[in-house]
Amino acid sequence: MPSIPSTPGVIKASELALQEQVKSSLADKTPLAIQGGNSKAFYGNPVNAERLLDVSSHSGIVEYAPCELCLTVCAGTRIVDIDAALAENQQMLPFEPPVYNENATIGGAIAAGLSGPRRAYSGSVRDAVLGVKIINGKGEIISFGGQVMKNVAGYDVTRLMTGSFGTLGVILEVSLKVLPKPALEATLIQPFSHEDSIQHFTSLRKTGLPISASCYYDNQVYLRLSGSEAYISDLYKKKGWGTPSENNNFWQSIRNHTHDFFQQTNKPLWRLSVASVSPASAQLGADSLIEWGGSLRWAAKNTPTNIVKSIAEKKSGHAVLFRGNIPEVQTFPKPEPALFMLHQKLKRKLDPQGIFNPDRLYLGL
Amino acid sequence: MAGQVIYNVANIPNLKILYCYLIANSLIIASPHTNQDYPAMMLEDESRSKLLFQLREILSEEQLITDNEALRPYECDGLSAYKKLPVAVVLPETIEQIQHIMRVCSSLFIPVVARGAGTGLSGGALPHEGGIILGLSRFKNILDIDVDNQTARVQPGVRNLAITEAAREHNLYYAPDPSSQIACSIGGNVAENSGGVHCLKYGLTVHNILQVKIITTEGDLLTLGSATLDNTGYDLLGLITGSEGMLGIIVEILVRLLPRPESVNVIMAAFDKTENAAAAVADIIAAGIIPAGLEMMDKLAIEAVEAFIHAGYPEDAEAMLLCELDGTAGEVLEQSTLVKQQMTNNHAISITEADEPEQQAKLWAGRKSAFPAVGRLSPDYYCMDGTIPRHQIANVLSRMAELSESFGLRVANVFHAGDGNLHPLILYDANIPGELDKAEQFGAEILKLSVDVGGTITGEHGVGSEKIDQMCYQFSDDELSYFHAIKEAFDPNGILNPGKAVPTLHRCAELGQMHVHHGKLPHPELPRF
Repeated sequence: MPSIPSTPGVIKASELALQEQVKSSLADKTPLAIQGGNSKAFYGNPVNAERLLDVSSHSGIVEYAPCELCLTVCAGTRIVDIDAALAENQQMLPFEPPVYNENATIGGAIAAGLSGPRRAYSGSVRDAVLGVKIINGKGEIISFGGQVMKNVAGYDVTRLMTGSFGTLGVILEVSLKVLPKPALEATLIQPFSHEDSIQHFTSLRKTGLPISASCYYDNQVYLRLSGSEAYISDLYKKKGWGTPSENNNFWQSIRNHTHDFFQQTNKPLWRLSVASVSPASAQLGADSLIEWGGSLRWAAKNTPTNIVKSIAEKKSGHAVLFRGNIPEVQTFPKPEPALFMLHQKLKRKLDPQGIFNPDRLYLGL
Repeated sequence: MAGQVIYNVANIPNLKILYCYLIANSLIIASPHTNQDYPAMMLEDESRSKLLFQLREILSEEQLITDNEALRPYECDGLSAYKKLPVAVVLPETIEQIQHIMRVCSSLFIPVVARGAGTGLSGGALPHEGGIILGLSRFKNILDIDVDNQTARVQPGVRNLAITEAAREHNLYYAPDPSSQIACSIGGNVAENSGGVHCLKYGLTVHNILQVKIITTEGDLLTLGSATLDNTGYDLLGLITGSEGMLGIIVEILVRLLPRPESVNVIMAAFDKTENAAAAVADIIAAGIIPAGLEMMDKLAIEAVEAFIHAGYPEDAEAMLLCELDGTAGEVLEQSTLVKQQMTNNHAISITEADEPEQQAKLWAGRKSAFPAVGRLSPDYYCMDGTIPRHQIANVLSRMAELSESFGLRVANVFHAGDGNLHPLILYDANIPGELDKAEQFGAEILKLSVDVGGTITGEHGVGSEKIDQMCYQFSDDELSYFHAIKEAFDPNGILNPGKAVPTLHRCAELGQMHVHHGKLPHPELPRF
């Protein structure tokens, strides 16, 4: 397969334009709200900034050599365009980032640190990042990591940027590990009660089945099984599951939140990250939706905040107010004081003037 | 006269090799290297007695080593060319003791160098003459194995392989397997973000840990990451992983365990041209296969291994590949056929398959003993650790052959081809005046070449003391300053492992090197002749 020659070191005009805007914000001390496709504006606290930094026009694939399993793209590139380019080479993003509307950008996906249905099986967004180019809090353009799988020179700034909600700098470019796309992705649907689904997920983890996504909803467990056609057909035959059938629409609706469950906009939507084996919570009710083999649990409920949070904490996890506004409740649980202080120290060192996305991650950060 | 060996303590698959290792080590002499940024800084008597007095308040007599002879085993890590004696070695047994040690050292501005098993290859645990070694060897308990959640909670001094051994009865294992896994500690693995032969499919340490507890320079105990698949806030777990003891002391780790694969197959292929082997690597990946391991060795390495342990490698080959596939029986069978096809398409001169554990162990034993095997070819060797994009493998190998010729030094290549991580072993004789310098220059050229083709100066061994100068080549001043800013947030007084991992801008300027960052010259407007 031909490889595209690398042109690192070249600063694009669109990067310079963004750098100019950051520099002028530094000069007049005006904070910036960084925006890609604006598809996740609901996620996180409102940004305390009047000036917009629109990254969406800084787009395009910088380098993609399929045999390197690596893709380098500008932050403003739409995820749908990346998915299409990779699919042409039978490859995919391992972490299946959500696309809440088609303008969603890869920069936004990295900054928000969100991963989709494949996360429990082929890793999260932070597992796939290899390198970043950013504009830092002094207005400098700098790069870290790279395009190779193994790289331990210097601190891992790439992961520090991932999930930092743009509070430490502007992501300009990112290099990502990509994976071969399985030839067949079959969906197996089996009836299970809310309580039994967890036990089922736990036993599945020990089987070595080629699962690439799992979900419980409305008394059914959905499994996506991925591999070559011959291998999956053979597996179905051995297990007596009949003929494998794909149901890509279902998984897309879970990935992109177009599924009916996620359309209940009259109630707050909680996202609970818990230990996979924690028993199903009766308090959250059987109408919750479970992903990632039991580790990710969604609840659209008016249950009081303190109850939701304590359910998550009892299961060694945390609860995020994903959608909806509850007075006095921040999106993310605040870290314990010493850990929060470390966040503040990093923010002060890396964004000394506090111009990037103030408040979005935590109020006061 | 003694030679000088820069040696991987950890490649010790059996006693025979251990014996060779001991012989080799008895020849080691101290290195002429000094760290220019942090010149020998002996503690003044007053500070020294204050320090020891305050440490004795909480540590027992045998937890505090100050006697020169007893300090000797701590003078270096696996990179034995660099040696220094610390003021003291402390061997705490509780988290409270570590907190106390950190508070004492912070208040007195005493450098603290954390040390696990001391098997690191980049001098990351090299002592500071004005500071202490904080040894974590007594934190060696596996605290909990959670079979259903497939995790293990371990202390930092637990050996890498001990985790897999303890998980075996549950049919689970810990994936990252650096060659030193028999000896190296999990705390050190986190500090270095260690790799191994199975990284391509299963990732590095950072992909296989969920949570760590650290003690800060102020003595606070912090939990980074979470026991679940998701986390909120900055990814400080990612930041601490591979930070080489510069940001905090790792005191507990929650690792991810994986179910043991149902089936494993190892395929060995010989090639009469290096380019063909390199092309086969690219084609295997392009065919949509992610092997569990994909290793390459060149002629010199193959000959050395065959002479050493008779692994059954094809001695007439210019290069060979070792490909391991794992998964369900069906998957492995299917992928094996595809891999053999790619090897045949690229003109493999022989293909050998090992589906029995014993045969597989034999093939792997050759690869795992490659370093000591090459060590027998020459009085001394120098092990490098660059990573390059896969499509550059053939190009870099041929450039390396040219460099080998111009420096007049042989080089053997053993590397993780699947992820482009090279381990060139430069052979030299320290008894010949100037040869060590030549070996180091050759090594530096290889690292520069790695950066120039889009790679990095270190794939898995870390920067430590060894590659601090090459950092100036890979990163710009602005980038290095960014690293320093991160360091300051964690360690404002710079007491954690000073002088390692990230060079000062001053040092880079002193080196006087032409800084060529990402192929760009500084001040391109100036004429150069």
